[in-house]
Amino acid sequence: MSITDQDKKIIEDIVENKLKKLLSERKKRMAIVASKGTLDMAYPPLILATTAAAMDIECSIFFTFYGLDIINKRKNKNLKVPSLANPAMPIPVPNIIGALPGMTAMATKMMKSWMAKVNVPTIEDLLNIAIETGVKLIGCQMTLDVMGVKKEDLIEGVEVCGAAAFLEYAADADITLFV
Amino acid sequence: MDSKKYMPDQTLDCSKLSCPLPVIKTRTAIAKMALGEILEMIATDPGSVKDIEAWAKHTGQELLESAREDGHFRFYIRKLR
Repeated sequence: MSITDQDKKIIEDIVENKLKKLLSERKKRMAIVASKGTLDMAYPPLILATTAAAMDIECSIFFTFYGLDIINKRKNKNLKVPSLANPAMPIPVPNIIGALPGMTAMATKMMKSWMAKVNVPTIEDLLNIAIETGVKLIGCQMTLDVMGVKKEDLIEGVEVCGAAAFLEYAADADITLFV
Repeated sequence: MDSKKYMPDQTLDCSKLSCPLPVIKTRTAIAKMALGEILEMIATDPGSVKDIEAWAKHTGQELLESAREDGHFRFYIRKLR
């Protein structure tokens, strides 16, 4: 039995339609690296990840270096806004003043009060939403080792892995972000 | 504007909430509803106008109406999937 050109055409059409269907059903994927441990830099990855989950986008955040503090339960309630070398402060503070004791605490308090005023969720709220909506939170194994952090120091529901394991996930991502 | 054009099966008040909560709460509410039902959502976050539009488009839900009324925004979303 030989395959005619018409048969070929039919097979190609079937395969093409199947592929199109599979691709449209495939969930989009986002991979985020969170590398900073200040309050202002903790928000963007968590806001984007929780929104992604609401948009049916599969999402993982890899917390590395100082970013690990965001999922460290001993530290994540005390993330700070730096007052030094931060020219974007709403009330500009010269570095020599920003370096004074108490300035970081003041900058942090100010930002927290502005955020509460417009009902931005807290970091803790966002972490809970992230876990509830299936965002994968991953601690960087190497950072844990460097900083002497134990898995038990991290909030419930996070995983720990290395760069290769995260990259394997990120390799199939449609969106990749470094914060 | 006639705001009762659609008969909502459920109403969700996201007034005074900031990004990303209106989208997240809308998604949670829609997930619990039955196909074909209509959700009415009220928000005050101006960003929610484009956010809800993008969310509906991306997740395949039907945004029936997005209306600006005094001091707030009102959305009608039909659950399609």
